[in-house]
Amino acid sequence: MAAKSNLTNMALCLTAVCLVCAAILGAVYSVTKAPIENAAAAEAQASIAKVLPEGGEISGELQAEAEGIDGYYVQADGEGAVVAYAVKTTAGGFGGPLTLMVGVLPDGSVYNTSVLSHSETPGLGAKCTDEKSHFREQWKGFSGELAVSKDGGDVDAITASTITSRAYTKAVAQAVSLVRAIEGGEALDSVSGASVNKEEE
Amino acid sequence: MEYLLIIISAIFVNNIVLAQFLGICPFLGVSNKLSTASGMSLAVCFVITLATVVTYLINQYLLVPFGLTFLQTIAFILVIAALVQMVEIVLKKVSPSLYQALGIFLPLITTNCAVLGVAINVVTKQFTFGGEAHMLNLGEATVYAFATSLGYGLAMVLFAGIREHLALNDVPKAFKGLPIAMISVGIMALAFLGFSGIV
Amino acid sequence: MANKLSLITKGLLKENPTFVLVLGMCPTLATTTSAMNGLEMGLATMFVLILSNIVISLIAPVVPDKVHIPVYIVVIATFVTVLQLLMQAYTPEVYKTLGLFIPLIVVNCIILGRAEAFANKNGVVDSALDGIGIGLGFTLSLTVIGIVREVLGSGSVFGWKFIAGDGILAFVMAPGAFLVLGYLMVIFNKIAKK
Repeated sequence: MAAKSNLTNMALCLTAVCLVCAAILGAVYSVTKAPIENAAAAEAQASIAKVLPEGGEISGELQAEAEGIDGYYVQADGEGAVVAYAVKTTAGGFGGPLTLMVGVLPDGSVYNTSVLSHSETPGLGAKCTDEKSHFREQWKGFSGELAVSKDGGDVDAITASTITSRAYTKAVAQAVSLVRAIEGGEALDSVSGASVNKEEE
Repeated sequence: MEYLLIIISAIFVNNIVLAQFLGICPFLGVSNKLSTASGMSLAVCFVITLATVVTYLINQYLLVPFGLTFLQTIAFILVIAALVQMVEIVLKKVSPSLYQALGIFLPLITTNCAVLGVAINVVTKQFTFGGEAHMLNLGEATVYAFATSLGYGLAMVLFAGIREHLALNDVPKAFKGLPIAMISVGIMALAFLGFSGIV
Repeated sequence: MANKLSLITKGLLKENPTFVLVLGMCPTLATTTSAMNGLEMGLATMFVLILSNIVISLIAPVVPDKVHIPVYIVVIATFVTVLQLLMQAYTPEVYKTLGLFIPLIVVNCIILGRAEAFANKNGVVDSALDGIGIGLGFTLSLTVIGIVREVLGSGSVFGWKFIAGDGILAFVMAPGAFLVLGYLMVIFNKIAKK
C-alpha cells in the first residue's frame, strides 16, 4: 500500500504533485483562453444584436461614468449617423445584481431589452427572463414614465415580483438617462466638454 | 447601516444552510445533539471568518495582479486546508480547553463546502446590500463571512433542538433517521422563506 | 466479468451516493431546480470523479501516507479547475447556471470519499469503473430529484411544459429541495430495504 512517510519523500511528493498539476492547469488554461474569450465576446455580440435594430455598424465597448452603467455600444448607419445605443446596465434586484442589455433609440425610447445575468427567485422574479411574457413585450418601443405602475409609472410589474420589476425598470431608466445625457451632451461637447467620459476601451 | 443589512441578510434572508444549501453534510452529520451542534458551529464560525479574510487578501494581492484568477479554486482549498491545520496546532498550544471542545470538528471543516463556498462567493459575486451592486471590500467581506457563519450556527442549533425531540418520537420505519430529518429541514426552510424580502 | 459489471451497477442502488451513502448533499439540493440542471451537475461531477479515481489509483502506491489527503485534494482541485475552464470555453450557459457549485465539486465528499475508500487500494480499471458507477448513480439521483421538483414546481419536464401557468413554487425554492429529497429517501428505503 502507501509508502512510508519521511520528511524527504513527503516534501518531494508534494512538490512533484503541485508542479505537475500547475503544468497541466497552465496548459489547459492557455488552450481554453481563446475559446473562453470568444464565448464571452459572442455572448456580448448576441445580446447587443438582440436589443438593436438590424444592420449598421456597432462600435466597440465604450465606458461611461454613471451610476449602474457597465459600458455601452453605439450603432451607426452607413453615413455614420447614430441609429441606436446598446447599454449594459446593472441594478440591485431581489436576490442580487440584475444586469441588462438595453437598446435605446436616440430619442430616449427603448428599442428592446435582454437579461445578461440575474439571481432572482425561480418562478417569481426570474420570470423577467421569459421573453414572451407581457413584462418583456412591453419594453419594445417603451417611451412612457419609467416606474412601475404601483409607483405611478407606466411599467406593468411582474405579478408578486415588484422588487424585481423595480430593479428592471431602474436599470432601463439608467440606460435611458445615459443616452439622454450623451444625446444632449454631444451638442454641448464642442462648447464645454460632455460630462460623459467616452473612452475607447 | 449597510453592515446591519449585511448581517440580517446573511443570517436570516440568505441563510447559508436553508437558502444557499452550503455545508449540508456536517449540518446533517453532527446535529444529533445540541452540544455537538454548538461546538461545530463555533468551529465553523471561527474558520469561515478567518478563511474568508485570508483568501480575500490572497485573491486581491496575489491572484488578481498576476492574472491567475483561474487558480482560485485550487489556491483557496489549499489555503483553507492549511489554515485548518494551523488553527488546530495553535489552539492545542494556546487554549487546550477550547481545543478539547472544538478539536474533533476541525479536521471535518476542510471539506465543509460552506467555507470554500463563502470564500469564492465573496471574491466573485457582486452584492446588492443597500441598493447598488458592488464587490465587497475587506471590511464588508469580513462582516458578511462572520454573519453567514452565525446564520450557520443558528440553523444548526435550532435543528439540533428539533432533532433531539424527533429522536424521542415514534416515526414510521421508512422515515427513521435522515428522511424525517430532511423533511424537518424542509419545513424549517419554509419558515425561513418568511424572512425573504425584508432586506 | 460479472464482478466488473457489479462495480458499475452498485452505484445505482446498493451504494447509491445520494439515497444510501447520503454524500454530496449540497449540489444535490442546490442544483436540482430542474431536471436538466440536475443532469448537468451529475455529469460534471462524474467527469471529475472518474478522472480523479484513475489518477489516484495510479499514484497511491508512491504517495507517502501522511500527505495523502493534501495530494488527493490537489489532484481533485486540478481536475475541477480543468472542468471549469472547459465549461467556460464550450458551455458558458451551463457554467453560468450551475455557478458556484462547479468549483465546490472539490469539497464534494463523494470524490474524496471514493478516493479514500476505493481508488487508493484498487487498480486503475476497477477505479475507473467505480467512478463510472458512482457517477452514474449520482447523476441518476440528481436527475430524478430534478424531474420531481420541475414537475411539481414549474409543471414541466426537461423544459417541456404540460400545464399552463405556474406550478407549486415552493418546490423550486429551497424548502422543496429538502422535502423532495426527504420523501424520495423514504420511497428508496421502502424499495431497497425490502
